[in-house]
Amino acid sequence: MRETILLTQHMRSNPEDSHLIDSYEKNNGYATAKKTLLNSSPEKILEEIKSSNIRGRGGAGFPTGVKWGFLAEDEDRYLVINADESEPGTFKDRILLERDPHQLIEGIIITCFSANIKKAFIYIRGEYAKPARRVQQAVEQAYQKGYLGNKIFGSDVDLDIVVHLGAGAYICGEETALLNSLEGRRGEPRLKPPYFPAVKGLYMKPTLVNNVETISSVPWIIENGGEEYNKLGVEGSTGTRIFSLSGHINKPGNYEIEMGGSFGEFVETLGGGIRNSKKVKAYIPGGASAPWFRGDQLDIKMTIDDVANNNSMLGSGAVVMMDEDTNLVSAAKSIVSFFAHESCGQCTPCREGTTWIEMILDRIASGRGRTSDINLLLDVCDNISPGLSWPPKMTTICPLGPSAVSPITSLMNDFREEVERLIPTKVLL
Amino acid sequence: MSWDKTLLKQAGEIIELYPQKRSALGPLLHLAQSKDGYISDDSISVISELLGITEVQVKSVSTFYSMYKQEPTGKYLISVCKSISCEINNSTEVIDKVQEFTGLNNNETDEDGLFSFEAVECIGACGGAPAMQVNYETVEGMNAENVFSLCSWLKESAPEVIVADEMQENFGGIKSFDWAIQDNTGATSTAPGFQTLKTSKVKK
Repeated sequence: MRETILLTQHMRSNPEDSHLIDSYEKNNGYATAKKTLLNSSPEKILEEIKSSNIRGRGGAGFPTGVKWGFLAEDEDRYLVINADESEPGTFKDRILLERDPHQLIEGIIITCFSANIKKAFIYIRGEYAKPARRVQQAVEQAYQKGYLGNKIFGSDVDLDIVVHLGAGAYICGEETALLNSLEGRRGEPRLKPPYFPAVKGLYMKPTLVNNVETISSVPWIIENGGEEYNKLGVEGSTGTRIFSLSGHINKPGNYEIEMGGSFGEFVETLGGGIRNSKKVKAYIPGGASAPWFRGDQLDIKMTIDDVANNNSMLGSGAVVMMDEDTNLVSAAKSIVSFFAHESCGQCTPCREGTTWIEMILDRIASGRGRTSDINLLLDVCDNISPGLSWPPKMTTICPLGPSAVSPITSLMNDFREEVERLIPTKVLL
Repeated sequence: MSWDKTLLKQAGEIIELYPQKRSALGPLLHLAQSKDGYISDDSISVISELLGITEVQVKSVSTFYSMYKQEPTGKYLISVCKSISCEINNSTEVIDKVQEFTGLNNNETDEDGLFSFEAVECIGACGGAPAMQVNYETVEGMNAENVFSLCSWLKESAPEVIVADEMQENFGGIKSFDWAIQDNTGATSTAPGFQTLKTSKVKK
């Protein structure tokens, strides 16, 4: 497997100053946006995005062109870039923000032109202070050059960008929670309907919410054409995608590849194999919310649909490898603790359920488990997501609660013995 | 109101950025955090007046987000990641060492007001696991030894500006990706270092 370099082109060829506007422009940066604003039309841009068949890179994989097409008419419309990257295992937006912020800004300019938007927000998680500084610096440079503000590139297009810092809440990656947060409220997901921020979003105005990687792909798509992008990867998972590889791996990192190869190939070639030549016991194919695959399932293809057909999700593109020595109960506990901590508390099944799962797993992991605990665990999980099926059924406003169930169903379906082994069969007095 | 003129002017500039005043609440709470090391009652009342919302509304938002601290923090907020990639790469070793060095339990601040410690959820540095932050500046590839050296250095040299690259170069190990760009900018308080908040500085 080899990398296909579109999004990470500029940062690779100009490692030391890829974040600065001069370096970006020397490599044809902003040329696409300029051409677009002076010679293209909003409809044509939307057509290119549609024909590229790009699907959102935030986790849900919703077709970007379709989302843009939903945007309702209104005098005030907004673009919000979701840079609240917090899914455990994921660090791909971080590299795009830190090392190529102008590519994102150029993507924003083209997107706003296509959608007739005059105000964009980049919502960056508070813990990404350094990436946020780089983006803010880039925004200021773009204003100085007249690429943001009024009549940009001498066209009649106006656009302002505000970089907004979050304050430590994973749930704000959920788009309606993010909008609440941006309005100065608690980051609680909104009750649906209205279903789409594209109809009622920020300040109840039509709002596009897109991931950093999605919008960073826009300049390439417009420069080379949607058809060219569509040729990369496979049907349903077109283009390139940055995967974050971590865990017990020799060469962890971000890798930009065309979707379609297998996880095993990815790990062996780009990842340099598992540390100390160990075997894989289990791995997470798409961030902490995704059900795990076993070590004997490494031949599954890295596409949105292949992973979904195997009852998991490609999600945010975070691949976490766990070797044969991993204590999977502790691993599951770490993931559940994450969701228990990040639950916003609105829905009882999630607020109470995640905490209960965490407590029971803690008991089992420390050797104080009861024989009834396994059924209790499954019962609590069933109350959060009835039937424990995939895709998960919901009893909650957003998918956070069901996400906490994922590692437990994986554990129980594939590694039940490992849990049972930890539960003492005799009562200790 | 007990925010000084400079801070109030800055708050005014931040409010100007948004179509609706209330959107500035998050950034203003970061300002409050940088001023006092926590969200004081005084700041809550100032912010509520500035934005025209009630103090309870401000408080309810400030308690929702983990980066707004309800108790005073020390000069250095040490946040060690405990999420999955770090967990399976021995983050507990790093957490234990920090606790041993500082004598602190989770979410505590020492009596000298030097260190606060917290074990946190994913900070987006999974390729450099286990990873941590000091005042939200990331350092990757930690272990029991280098985290001990990092803590000792903080205590002895008491830097005014915390710079990620400096910590990484002197104490860190494996990284999530090549950082490539030389960067001397860092944080000056336990609020994230960010130009708009004037909480970042270039270290000379």
